[in-house]
Amino acid sequence: MVELLLGGALVGYGEAAVALVGEARRPGLAGRLGIWGVRLGWLAQTGLLAVQAARADGFPWSSWAGALNLFAWLVVGAYLIWGCQPRFRLLGLGVMPAAVLLLALAYAGGGIQSEGDHPGALLALHVALMLAGLAGFTLAAALSAFFLWHERRLKRREASILRLRVPPLAALDRLAARTVAVSLATLTIGIALGAVSLARGEGRFDAVMAATLAVSAAYAVFLLLRSRVSLHGRRAAYLNLAAFAAVVLILPVTHFG
Amino acid sequence: MRLALVGLSHHRAPVELRERVALGGAEAAELARSLAADQAEAVCLSTCNRTELYVAHEHLLEALRRAGSAFVDPELAPAIYRLSDEAAARHLFRVAAGLDSMVPGEGEILGQVRSAFELGSSGPMLDRLFRQALHAGKRVRTQTAIAESPASVSAAGAALAQQVFGDLTDRLILVIGAGKVSELAARNLLSRGARIAFVANRSRDRAAELARRFGAEPLALDQIDDQLERADVVISSTSAPGVVLRREQIAAALPARKGRALFLIDLAVPRDLDPEINNLDDCYLFDIDDLEAVVAESMAGRRREAERAEAIVAEEADRFGAWQASLEVVPAIASLRARAEEIRVAELARLEGRLGRLSDADRRAVESTTAQIVNKLLHLPTVRMKQAAVTADGVLYAEAVRHLFGLGEEER
Repeated sequence: MVELLLGGALVGYGEAAVALVGEARRPGLAGRLGIWGVRLGWLAQTGLLAVQAARADGFPWSSWAGALNLFAWLVVGAYLIWGCQPRFRLLGLGVMPAAVLLLALAYAGGGIQSEGDHPGALLALHVALMLAGLAGFTLAAALSAFFLWHERRLKRREASILRLRVPPLAALDRLAARTVAVSLATLTIGIALGAVSLARGEGRFDAVMAATLAVSAAYAVFLLLRSRVSLHGRRAAYLNLAAFAAVVLILPVTHFG
Repeated sequence: MRLALVGLSHHRAPVELRERVALGGAEAAELARSLAADQAEAVCLSTCNRTELYVAHEHLLEALRRAGSAFVDPELAPAIYRLSDEAAARHLFRVAAGLDSMVPGEGEILGQVRSAFELGSSGPMLDRLFRQALHAGKRVRTQTAIAESPASVSAAGAALAQQVFGDLTDRLILVIGAGKVSELAARNLLSRGARIAFVANRSRDRAAELARRFGAEPLALDQIDDQLERADVVISSTSAPGVVLRREQIAAALPARKGRALFLIDLAVPRDLDPEINNLDDCYLFDIDDLEAVVAESMAGRRREAERAEAIVAEEADRFGAWQASLEVVPAIASLRARAEEIRVAELARLEGRLGRLSDADRRAVESTTAQIVNKLLHLPTVRMKQAAVTADGVLYAEAVRHLFGLGEEER
């Protein structure tokens, strides 16, 4: 059952990744097929998570592989909020291959097993919120990358620029910043719950926590610069991507180091 | 009922010929009324690119004669086309979809078809034809991207500005040069919600004249720098021999703009705007060649979408053809049902003496049962005749039914 649902999710996401390449070449049917792939894949993964939750004796996503499984689901879920709109569909060019990769890694690492541990409700909520925050940062990074790609096409004055339905630069810039703001708030609540858990003597302060605090500080600085010195456009997109690159590099190193 | 179309269009008739038969709304309505006299229907579609008369009549030759009566000038003869029935319907569907227009997919024609229909003297045939044409036109516009891409340089400029800003409502435009070209480009932005805030020109009087029309502020060319921090879009088309706006001028305004994007359209030859402006952060500059390349690409896109639109038109034309064919068998079906009902009622009347002893409920049951028997017997022949109507056999089936049941024959 679990393998079947995993297979469904991988096929759906894979089909979406390929179809969205087709959408970029010739907009139309391929895009619609792609978004249906995302929807069906996401439903299959939702089923997978539900089965895991039902079978596990405890919280099944506290291992790194389990967390990747949940993380991929959150990223695709966040993409679905906008991906259903034709103008944002191509965002999936970055999101869907990443989702396939994350899910495959989760499978390789045993993240679809139904073995859970008992971290307590507080820690489980902490993990879920941290993952949701990171999923939001991933989506914000994809939006910024989308901005830079579209901006480059405008700067190069490509004749085919109107062929693809792409959101305007102003919308991409605004959405990336809003996504960062919401994700940072989510991450901050997650950190606060982690701090409460620490205060209760469940675990101790480690390098991962320090790295997470550094990441949230970096995103806070990003938002501050945006409001105080009008950091917009290309420079804001680069800064957002740099912050995300730091997340991708630092968190795994501290986690596995 | 048969359908005839006689008309001429931009494909074969130059404007000198088209203007001879062009009709205003009242004239078109009057002509349609006169052609529709004596059991006919008529609609006159007259736009700057075409004049077409659609006439429905019992006889095709009469329909063609009436429709052709508006084109008596012998010089028009080589440019005139005559179509009938399904071909005429398919032509109107293509027209409504914008596939027969100079710019494929242009949207104005759909409104013109609607107006012609409203002013015409339509009956069951033309009513169905024009409603389906409007439906086909809407389907093409919603199910394909044929009307989405710009077809002119000024429309391309506006569409590109939307790629930067999205909604253009209350975006401020600075127009440099008070000529027709800048005005046309600015109007395109204006129609999408932007506001012409400043008009700069070498001659301040001409700037004032254009500014007054748009409620904008007139500027001399050397006052442009002061407004660069406020403008969102700059459109330039002057006859100046050199650069009117240099990179340094824009660069000086950037800090005050606080990261707001600036979109610049240079429609002048030689160019007014320093090409280096495009290398500045948050500045996007398109010159006339860039815009023409965008238009050429989007026209190619329209042609690609036109293939999908043709498929929709063909589908609608088939539906209309099927409906028109079904008209051939409808009278035979109606006669058959009338005859059956007549027999049923007559037989019940013959038994009136015996039925009189029944209660009301029993009488109703007898009525209902006999009606059901008739309906069940006639259901399959009705369905089969309607199916046959779509093919060439429809008329044969109708004749056979008339012959077998003696429909239309005198009672012996």
